[in-house]
Amino acid sequence: MSGPSTYVPKSAIGRWFESRLPIMGLIHSSFVVYPTPRNLNYWWTFGGILSVMLVVQILTGIVLVMHYTPHVDYAFSSVELIMRDVNWGWMLRYTHANGASMFFVAVYIHMLRGLYYGSYKAPREVLWILGVIIYLLMMATGFMGYVLPWGQMSFWGATVITNLFSAIPLVGEAITTWLWGGYSVDNPTLNRFFSLHYLLPFMIAGVVVLHVWALHVVGQNNPDGVEVKNVARDTLPFTPYATIKDGFAMICFMLFFAWWIFYVPNYLGHADNYIEANPLATPAHIVPEWYYLPFYAILRAVPSKLGGVVAMFSAILVLCFLPWLDTSRVRSAKYRPVYKVFFWLFVASAIGLGYLGAMPAEGGYVLASRLLAVYYFAFFLIVMPLLGLFETPHAVPASIADSVLKNAHSAKA
Amino acid sequence: MLFIATGAAGAVGVGSVAWPFIHQMNPDASTIAAGAPIDVDLSAIAEGAIVTVKWRGKPIFVRHRTPTEIKDAADVPLAQLPDPQADAQRVKKPEWLVVIGVCTHLGCIPLGHQGEYEGWFCPCHGSVYDTSGRIRKGPAPKNLEVPNYVFASDTKLTIG
Repeated sequence: MSGPSTYVPKSAIGRWFESRLPIMGLIHSSFVVYPTPRNLNYWWTFGGILSVMLVVQILTGIVLVMHYTPHVDYAFSSVELIMRDVNWGWMLRYTHANGASMFFVAVYIHMLRGLYYGSYKAPREVLWILGVIIYLLMMATGFMGYVLPWGQMSFWGATVITNLFSAIPLVGEAITTWLWGGYSVDNPTLNRFFSLHYLLPFMIAGVVVLHVWALHVVGQNNPDGVEVKNVARDTLPFTPYATIKDGFAMICFMLFFAWWIFYVPNYLGHADNYIEANPLATPAHIVPEWYYLPFYAILRAVPSKLGGVVAMFSAILVLCFLPWLDTSRVRSAKYRPVYKVFFWLFVASAIGLGYLGAMPAEGGYVLASRLLAVYYFAFFLIVMPLLGLFETPHAVPASIADSVLKNAHSAKA
Repeated sequence: MLFIATGAAGAVGVGSVAWPFIHQMNPDASTIAAGAPIDVDLSAIAEGAIVTVKWRGKPIFVRHRTPTEIKDAADVPLAQLPDPQADAQRVKKPEWLVVIGVCTHLGCIPLGHQGEYEGWFCPCHGSVYDTSGRIRKGPAPKNLEVPNYVFASDTKLTIG
């Protein structure tokens, strides 16, 4: 797909500008005439949704910072000022807080799409790894953002997560002190989290540019997992087909988003975060935000402190190795009946781990967490390598056009 | 027709999304509340004295004028004034002059009981105001601004 653009400006001004900075040609070749597989389904709209969510978070974040004070004595009340006194402040704050959850809903769907259809397989390995990097940056950003209101969960969540680094042998304590800027989570910590929380989204934007670039070089995957063979028969121009489909999906997502903001804006949060941080009183149950719960469950499942930290980080880092762990020659789960079953078991185990992450670490919950954590890692480290060798896949269509026309045929018949 | 309808719907949509982002920069409720009218106790201000109070972040001069100061202000021919305005138009009770203490040139705070006319003198660029707070000499273009105020009673002034 890469190559010089075919865009020809229509006006003299257009030609003058295009010969100096060919941005119109870039937009034209990337988002207008870009050949898009014609069999993409709605699971492919989440990339666009994620881009919109990033813009929403950045815009609402910037205007919230106009009213927020990043100091331990003023942070909590500045957020209350936003909620009560700033014009439309309540809406901007709820949009930003629920927007983070929506961002993670979309990213998990986007990642599961990749896992199901084999979008991580060659030649899309770098695309996938860039995605894992974006995911890690998102987790860091979300964590630091949650600290800023300086409620009880903000403070104690920060304490728990920064304490994890003390598990590292030899240098752990020094690293933790360095992160804190003091002897515990306090004002220096809040200030630097504020600085980094403002910075990271722009780094995410940069990696997203690389992610889209990497995508456009190799072209999109598609539900059949069959590469584009004939551009004229297998693809359609991005505009208007994908543009309208993405636009429609974005609007539906915005409706879903709006329901959270206007009807249940505090449901995904924790009531304890409406209590100002108290370093001398630990809440009964410290829970991270829902999008970290599966990893929190894995952390607590391992009895050793360092082991738990290693397991938690490994649970994310294992994703980088997927392109090489999966040995199947067939990409899409549509044609892999056995993999499909293991995939949905994985989804169930992730949801289960999420539920267990919110429960106290006692009794039956501990055993369940350990079983599901084992399955989580087994899915990547055992199932994926072995299935490629032993599974008998269904016949894959010869081309995208064949798969689309076959569906049209059976619809007519 | 469909394009026009879609365009109109789109414009309404864009406007309704953009407005909260724009309006949040306007003063919030706590700032507006902090800028509510304030009361000044006039019985504490001796004749000839100038008291400065802060309202909405700016200094307000409350001057208890002597009969001489009142007469000097009233007797000035309007033609001599760079910004012509009769003293009677600038006060409600002649013995009380209430003006915003910000020089109309570039915003410094003028010094009371100074300058050729015993009104105010601005040290930044040399503007000279009289006992009615009107500009007489120097680069300032307009008289010192008179804020809204009422006499809640003979001894209480409400500014704002």
